[in-house]
Amino acid sequence: MSTQESYVTDDGRTIGPTVMEMKNITLRFGGVNAITDISFDIREGEIRAIIGPNGAGKSSMLNVISGFYVPQEGEVWYKGAKRPQMKPYEVAQQGIARTFQNIALFEGMSVLDNVMTGRIRQMNAGLLSQALWKGKAQKEEVENREVVEKIIDFLEIQAIRKTPVGRLPYGLKKRVELARALAAEPSILLLDEPMAGMNVEEKEDMSRFVLDVNDEFGTTIALIEHDMGVVMDLSDRVVVMDYGKKIGDGTPDEVRNNQAVIDAYLGVAHD
Amino acid sequence: MRFGPVEAGFREDLNLSQSSQATGGLASIPALLQRNATLFAEKDAYREKEFGIWQSWTWAETEKEIEALALGLINVGVNEGDFIAIIGRNRPYFYWAMVAAQSIGAVPVPVYNDSSAEEMAYILGHCGARFVIAEDQEQVDKVIDIQDQLHQFEHMIYVDPRGMRKYDHHQLHEYSHIQDQGRAAYDEWIVDLKERRAKLTYDSTCVMLYTSGTTGKPKGVVLSNRNIVESAKNASEFDNLRADDEILAYLPMAWVGDFIFSLGQAYWTGFCVNCPESPETMMTDLREIGPTYYFAPPRVFETQLTNVMIRMEDAGKFKYKMFHHFMEHAKRVGPNILDGKPVGFMDRLKYKLGDFLVYGPLKDTLGFGRVRVGYTAGEAIGPEIFEFYRSLGINLKQLYGQTEATVFITVQPDGEVRADTVGVPAPDVEIKIADNGEIFYRSPGTFVEYYKNPESTASTKDAEGWVATGDAGFFEEQSGHLRIIDRAKDVGKMADGAMFAPKFVENKLKFYPDILEAVLFGNGKDRCVAFINIDLTAVGNWAERNNVAYASYQELAGHPRVLDTIQEHVEAVNKSVAADPMLSGCQIHRFLVLHKELDADDGEMTRTRKVRRVIVENKFSDLIEGLYDGSPQVSTETEVTYEDGRKGAIKATLDLRDAAIVSTASKVAAE
Repeated sequence: MSTQESYVTDDGRTIGPTVMEMKNITLRFGGVNAITDISFDIREGEIRAIIGPNGAGKSSMLNVISGFYVPQEGEVWYKGAKRPQMKPYEVAQQGIARTFQNIALFEGMSVLDNVMTGRIRQMNAGLLSQALWKGKAQKEEVENREVVEKIIDFLEIQAIRKTPVGRLPYGLKKRVELARALAAEPSILLLDEPMAGMNVEEKEDMSRFVLDVNDEFGTTIALIEHDMGVVMDLSDRVVVMDYGKKIGDGTPDEVRNNQAVIDAYLGVAHD
Repeated sequence: MRFGPVEAGFREDLNLSQSSQATGGLASIPALLQRNATLFAEKDAYREKEFGIWQSWTWAETEKEIEALALGLINVGVNEGDFIAIIGRNRPYFYWAMVAAQSIGAVPVPVYNDSSAEEMAYILGHCGARFVIAEDQEQVDKVIDIQDQLHQFEHMIYVDPRGMRKYDHHQLHEYSHIQDQGRAAYDEWIVDLKERRAKLTYDSTCVMLYTSGTTGKPKGVVLSNRNIVESAKNASEFDNLRADDEILAYLPMAWVGDFIFSLGQAYWTGFCVNCPESPETMMTDLREIGPTYYFAPPRVFETQLTNVMIRMEDAGKFKYKMFHHFMEHAKRVGPNILDGKPVGFMDRLKYKLGDFLVYGPLKDTLGFGRVRVGYTAGEAIGPEIFEFYRSLGINLKQLYGQTEATVFITVQPDGEVRADTVGVPAPDVEIKIADNGEIFYRSPGTFVEYYKNPESTASTKDAEGWVATGDAGFFEEQSGHLRIIDRAKDVGKMADGAMFAPKFVENKLKFYPDILEAVLFGNGKDRCVAFINIDLTAVGNWAERNNVAYASYQELAGHPRVLDTIQEHVEAVNKSVAADPMLSGCQIHRFLVLHKELDADDGEMTRTRKVRRVIVENKFSDLIEGLYDGSPQVSTETEVTYEDGRKGAIKATLDLRDAAIVSTASKVAAE
């Protein structure tokens, strides 16, 4: 699977060539194989889902992409070049942002401040300038605040702009986390179970936001999700994992009819 | 009502000599816009909070924006006499859209933006709208859903492009693109625009508003420029509104009140209309703007008061004591100070201190720090709620009106404000009371007609221009103020001939913060029973405070301790009802707390949140039966409609309770 031609989806989005490719990734913790020899690619502008039962290694996979885990074997190719071993912040600098399964926000800070932290890569005024709030620091903050405000507007969280994150309900925290990831203006957005623990209405809202992000900003999205309905509706292609192995890869329809996938989800009688 | 040179004197101070005859100059909203763009050119006309900042447009800029849109609309083919539906929340773009539509001889039809697709289908179909201006994807989707039923529909224009890139844009246009096209085609269409604008007269249609109506299908009320301009002028002069006033536009644009306040009066006096960032930020935005002229239905005031009280319960001991001490004082002297009645020196001094310590900061928090004139309308307001705001020094008044009257029928003048009346006839309004108590009025604001409904027009408005309000009331002899008893058609007779006025009792119930809504039954029966909706905020807070666990609205509503509290309220109301010799028969014998909130999506209420009595009565007939046959419990299943139009059902077993009755000489309690 190398670079392919761009194509246009049924709903009018353009899916570009491969932007990231995982080649034969194996990740071990001691004697446990979390991921065994998995390869797949992510194409520009698509929504790529990684699904699988609990413990299948989905979050580990995301952590490999984000540079948090270093696989023992295999290579990560990004924008046509092999990625050397990197610290997570270096990966972030390459334009890969993420949200976490167990919300990782600054609870005591306001929503606005939390989202502003997503702009940290774009701010490089010196300590003195920051402390005196003069010159470059001030200019930077105004520019970045503008970007952040657009995202706040986009995700419809104006009403909680000044609310400390700790006081927000779960569904909104998830949205704030998405806002912070978006603030980094990533080219690839990794979402770790963006809809876990949400009710139907919140899931619908979140799905809408994910689609809109992809549509408006052209952001490539890789997401992990449990809710099959959501995954099948949202994604262009799906990777299915079970016990650290890839058991399926393809469009939602292909995956839905894949016997190995059906077995993994519905269970299969042991002879 | 004829408009002649007699009125000219009023306008001399405004330097509007050309307007001595309305037809000469200010016969329409677009004409007022042109005047404002010259007279108040650099003054802010609109503000909207967006991206965390208040964006503003001066009157001169507003004129340009509206002109560009008007040209753009001509460019896409809007003809004179076309109807343009406008679906969105309060944003400058939609106010501009209305004026742009008027400028080119089209009729704006604002539609409630929370209407379901079927409700929209009816309205858009009824007026035959060729064009729709909608806010965002949500509204666009609704219209697309019903498009097949709309034979005259041609083009839709949206403001917020988000999520709509993939839509088929044959009939769909972005608002700003329409404006750009308008600017580009300036030379081509400007003459046409000017000609169309010049054709507007005092009698051309200004707007068509659909009344939600507590019964039947909505009716399209046609209001002329005369209706709007005259009413706006009279009311602005009545309250001395000025160009430097500020209002917050947050009430539904399809409601006549918003049209008069945010368009009619704003264009007449030139004050600034501020639009909140989103419906949820309304309270913050209110505080940031600090409006000087404010209006809200009683419910908004109730909610705010409930919030204040809840937060005071959580305050420290010192603050709590100080608050209650000074509020006690304010209650005693505040309204008198406001009305300019004599108040002792020491009391005034203490009030000043209270203002510094409590009232001032509180008003500021509520966003009422600068309110010169405030109105509540639409429903009766609880006397305690009303007094609370007045005692703080907020000039809150009541008015009585309806869409067909272009709002104003009666208003309370400064210094003559009371909780139980709705004031004296508004300027230029004549009122008469029929033998059965029904109120009739005649005024320059009297509507032209119900669109495509001559029967209803004829049955509401007679040949001499008198309009039946459908409300029963009487003038108080000593003060000359009007008092409303109830909807005339709701006023009935009990089996023994005693008067049955449900709203009178329901309002008394609703004045308790715990009770959100109440519906009384008993017309033609020997005794009255009631449905009650609890207020989730107030009761929920109480539950938290008293360690009452609950998982849902339904569970809380059925909690025995909640029922106990409601029973106390009901019995207290019975006592108060018994004291009224005319209505003592309306005491509540049995009641229940409903397992769901009455909701507009289920058709149980209008979009302006008035109970549709007949629908509630039919829908819950099993419960009413249970209340009358004495059963202690009733199991029921109710269909509910979710906001996205899907339906579901909830099952519940409700406790029906007896309430103590105060026996009166004229009537023996039936227990």
